[in-house]
Amino acid sequence: MAIFKQAKHFWTYIVLSLVIFGVIQFMITGQMLNLFYVNTLIFIAINIILAVSLHLIIGITGQFSIGHAGFLAVGAYASGIITMKLELPFAAALLIGGLVAALAGFIIGFPSLRLRGDYLAIATLGFGEIVRIVFLNLDYVGGASGMQVNHLTTWPWVFGCILIAILVIVNFTNSTHGRACISIREDETAADAMGINTTYYKVAAFVIGAFFAGIAGGLYAHNFYIIQPSNFGFLKSFDILIFVVLGGLGSLSGSVIAAVLLTVVSTFLQDYPETRMIIYSIVLIVVMLYRPQGLMGTKEITSIFSKGKRSKGGAKDGNKQTVA
Amino acid sequence: METNKPLLKVDNIGIRFGGLRAVSDVNIELFPGEMAGLIGPNGAGKTTFFNMLTGVYVPTEGQILLNGKKLNNLPPYKITRNGISRTFQNIRLFGELSVIDNVKVAYHSQAKHTLFSSILRLPGHFSGEKEMEEKATEFLKIFNLDRFKDEKAKNLPYGQQRRLEIARALAANPKLLLLDEPAAGMNPHETKELMNLIAFIREQFNLTVLLIEHDMPLVMGVCERIYVLDHGQLIAEGTPSEIKNNPKVIEAYLGEEVS
Repeated sequence: MAIFKQAKHFWTYIVLSLVIFGVIQFMITGQMLNLFYVNTLIFIAINIILAVSLHLIIGITGQFSIGHAGFLAVGAYASGIITMKLELPFAAALLIGGLVAALAGFIIGFPSLRLRGDYLAIATLGFGEIVRIVFLNLDYVGGASGMQVNHLTTWPWVFGCILIAILVIVNFTNSTHGRACISIREDETAADAMGINTTYYKVAAFVIGAFFAGIAGGLYAHNFYIIQPSNFGFLKSFDILIFVVLGGLGSLSGSVIAAVLLTVVSTFLQDYPETRMIIYSIVLIVVMLYRPQGLMGTKEITSIFSKGKRSKGGAKDGNKQTVA
Repeated sequence: METNKPLLKVDNIGIRFGGLRAVSDVNIELFPGEMAGLIGPNGAGKTTFFNMLTGVYVPTEGQILLNGKKLNNLPPYKITRNGISRTFQNIRLFGELSVIDNVKVAYHSQAKHTLFSSILRLPGHFSGEKEMEEKATEFLKIFNLDRFKDEKAKNLPYGQQRRLEIARALAANPKLLLLDEPAAGMNPHETKELMNLIAFIREQFNLTVLLIEHDMPLVMGVCERIYVLDHGQLIAEGTPSEIKNNPKVIEAYLGEEVS
């Protein structure tokens, strides 16, 4: 029974998100949205993927990673090389970008996640900077002046990637494997004592998170005609971290909402470059003062609709937010 | 009573933290179905001893054998899978998870569905999760916790949290259960209930239990054999009445007699 009910919900969300997709696609092809809005929309979508991928690492597994822009950069450059130097199709570029980022995640994650404490934060911080400096000094990808990339990222691609990212992360979270990750976040010693292979799950969550950050990187690279190492600095990592913290640690829909809100705020503040960072910071401070647990706390949007029921993850609500 | 083969054999175990010998030369043998207690003054090394048994600390000397299998150097989760499960002195539940999910975490190592099948929602995922749900619900009924099933663990009253922690430890399907001060913070009535619970689970699950406790009536009431630890060394071993009258134990607890 419960499974049927769940399946019904599942298809409701899928249909809902496809309708939203269709409406926006119709508006784009009908030229009802100008280029600026389309670009903003795609930028929001990329940020959503980044937010949910980091949500899996920080919000679910409780591992503090502050080098997410590093995976974004790896994915961006890897996919850029695939399309520009090897001239393979975009789909292959996205996939390989994700896989290379996942590999990078494994290389960083495996040694530092075996330990407890702040090692991962330090390792990822260093990783983000190393990646940036490597690309800065690599003539093959253009060094500081950047790498020319074709514009290939379109709304259907971005939408497809969000859908897959959210589905995978929700499916992961709402299973015994996701519970294992949450138990690590809640109490690692107790999780260990309950027979959970903590290293395995920390690394698994980290690698999946890195994979989707890499895919976001591929979309990001093919949206701007050019990628430069300076796009992937320390501040970019913090932007992503803020989505997750502001949305509420442990809430997927929260991180999606925060990604949408903050991207919109920062896009519209571009008209006021002098005060942009000031207003942005004030927004963050106000939210943290009045909702220290984040916008959503640990709740999901779906749990508001099905009141009294336990949250089943904010799955496809994410796509609803892209309209905002 | 004693059968020929011990379930747990702790052989000359000890641990150093730098120059400090926290525990040394401890020998303990537990036989299947036995109920033993470990007592000692504060700082005697009881919890350190538990931490060595469960792999949190790696002993620097000696060895731990469970059914003849050497357990030192195994990571904690493998030791649990080999059949030693524990509770903690300060309750360590997964607070944000529901009561039933706490139990399901303990079932995780017995799960049949893989990460891959869960992500793709293959049929294996659904049957695996369903089986877990049913098992966990049945299990909570045994402990009278099924009415709190969907409550967050951190919202349970203290006594129920203790109960849930013991239930969770049992769900991991241990042969040996280690209880670290289960009666800490309980009033006499709750302690009485706890004693009944311990006796009940021992019968029901055919367990061997080792418990650390400061509550003497509880230890003397439920344990068949008691080990006394002081300054990291085993100073006495015996039945409750032997321990009560052992001069070394009295000395450890009350200080040396003035002569």
